[in-house]
Amino acid sequence: MSGICAHFALTLGKFHLDAAFDAPGRGITALFGPSGSGKTTLLRCLAGLERAPGGRLSVNGEIWQDENTCLPIHRRRLGYVFQEANLFPHLDVCRNLEYGWKRIPQAERRVGLDQAVELLGIGHLLERNPAWLSGGERQRVAIARALLVSPDLLLMDEPLAALDQASKADILPYLERLHDELEIPVVYIGHSPDEIARLADFMVLMAQGKSVASGPLKDMLARLDLPLAHGDEAGVAIDTVIGEHDESYHLTRLDFAGGAISVAQAPHPLGTRVRLRIHARDVSITLERHGDSSILNVLPVTVSEIADEGPAQVMVRLDAAGAPLLARITRKSCAVLGLEPGMAVYAQVKSAALLA
Amino acid sequence: MIPSTFDFAPIWLTLRLATITTLLLLLIGTPLARWLSRTQSWLKRPVGAAVALPLVLPPTVLGFYLLVMLGPQGPGGHLTQALGLGLLPFTFAGLVFGSTLYSLPFVVQPIQNAFEALGERPLEAAATLRAGPWDRFFSVAVPLARPGFVTAIVLGFAHTVGEFGVVLMIGGNIPGATRVLSVAIYDHVEAMEYAQAHWLAGGMLAFSFLVLLALYGPSKRMQESKS
Repeated sequence: MSGICAHFALTLGKFHLDAAFDAPGRGITALFGPSGSGKTTLLRCLAGLERAPGGRLSVNGEIWQDENTCLPIHRRRLGYVFQEANLFPHLDVCRNLEYGWKRIPQAERRVGLDQAVELLGIGHLLERNPAWLSGGERQRVAIARALLVSPDLLLMDEPLAALDQASKADILPYLERLHDELEIPVVYIGHSPDEIARLADFMVLMAQGKSVASGPLKDMLARLDLPLAHGDEAGVAIDTVIGEHDESYHLTRLDFAGGAISVAQAPHPLGTRVRLRIHARDVSITLERHGDSSILNVLPVTVSEIADEGPAQVMVRLDAAGAPLLARITRKSCAVLGLEPGMAVYAQVKSAALLA
Repeated sequence: MIPSTFDFAPIWLTLRLATITTLLLLLIGTPLARWLSRTQSWLKRPVGAAVALPLVLPPTVLGFYLLVMLGPQGPGGHLTQALGLGLLPFTFAGLVFGSTLYSLPFVVQPIQNAFEALGERPLEAAATLRAGPWDRFFSVAVPLARPGFVTAIVLGFAHTVGEFGVVLMIGGNIPGATRVLSVAIYDHVEAMEYAQAHWLAGGMLAFSFLVLLALYGPSKRMQESKS
């Protein structure tokens, strides 16, 4: 059976974990939830760092743990990136990178030293001692070190949490390259919806030690029964392709099944796949297509669901040819427009952020 | 000048005793320190206290019990005789046994502290990088705990060189077999041979001072270079 199938139940003091998920065998799966919801404990169970008798885990058909087997940590073909880089202080960067690489058989090495060094941009750091690296550099070395064991599964515990905004922005492109260039499935704990919308393909939502829901990221972000689709950060992620650069107005048109969206000119060549983030607060609804609005991006959509969002507002889920959109509008507007599920309307997108 | 009748045997014997004892202590003390540093068993406190006993007990107390235990009537004595080792009191092997017990805290505690300061995290990282339990112990825990090992070796060695009470109780004063430095000094003083006593005592003083200087000197310098 392909994919990552996991089920773990564990009690640590007063904390109970009982979480299960089936995630695809490629791409990035995000574990998301408030702090204390058991994300790190679940990740440690996957790695075998937390002993959880009775747990089950298979990774792309290979059983790592079930009733009869429980592979010790060092026999699980995984890579683990800790929240704090956790580099070996007694070894320089190069020896840190080689530590795991030397310990796997030559035939299993799918990631080369040069490749990892290049991918994470750490060539100039190889001779240094970890103590002299910045937080962002340290984390990049840690990621490269984990990749160098050619893992079948890469586990990342909030690799950006300990970093300042600048270092975060520094690392995200590397994580995206990782996603695009290597076929290694990743389970990733992230702490901001925007960060996860940017990186993840699949999401497991955690609360109070339990896995509450899981599914493809795009669906999860727009599910009105889940907390993600509420609040100021609520919004969807849409995968699009660069369709046209409009040099005269410095705009780029992004195409997807539900239509086209123009954004400020992007540097990517035509045909590049990029992800858009559209917040619910930036989407409004009209019944007719207005030609006289300053808003460029108007998409024909169908209302699929309406949910309360506080006393004055509602959250409307829209369907743009299969791609969900969220719009946060006032309760009054909703009544005036007479919105109901099934209605064909237009979504005006005031702004959209290119994520990659 | 060194007196012509000067007997070097106690010096070599002492060095041999301290070397063997230190090596034994590393073999026994390292796993014990590792266990103490990570166990959550209720045994941790009693075992830790027992290891620390020689720090507070008069050496003669330890020596007395060892003598009784390992003597022909004691359980330890029965055991060594049954194993064909004979009786340990008043032999070099008995000295090694007593010294090992007596210097145990000086070796276990620095190593234990080093392991505790290290924590589990580097070892977890090593485990996720395919290192098995022995591999990660020797490639990560030991190198990172090196300052603790250095302290343990120096203190264990020096303390064994300097002991008197346990040695006298369990070893007696047999030239060439159990007559170590500290006992020899005592003998010389008893015999009013102050010249010999001076040479030995002065040598011990210089040795101890140099050992402690070596121990405290570098760490001071390292702290300065870090700041």
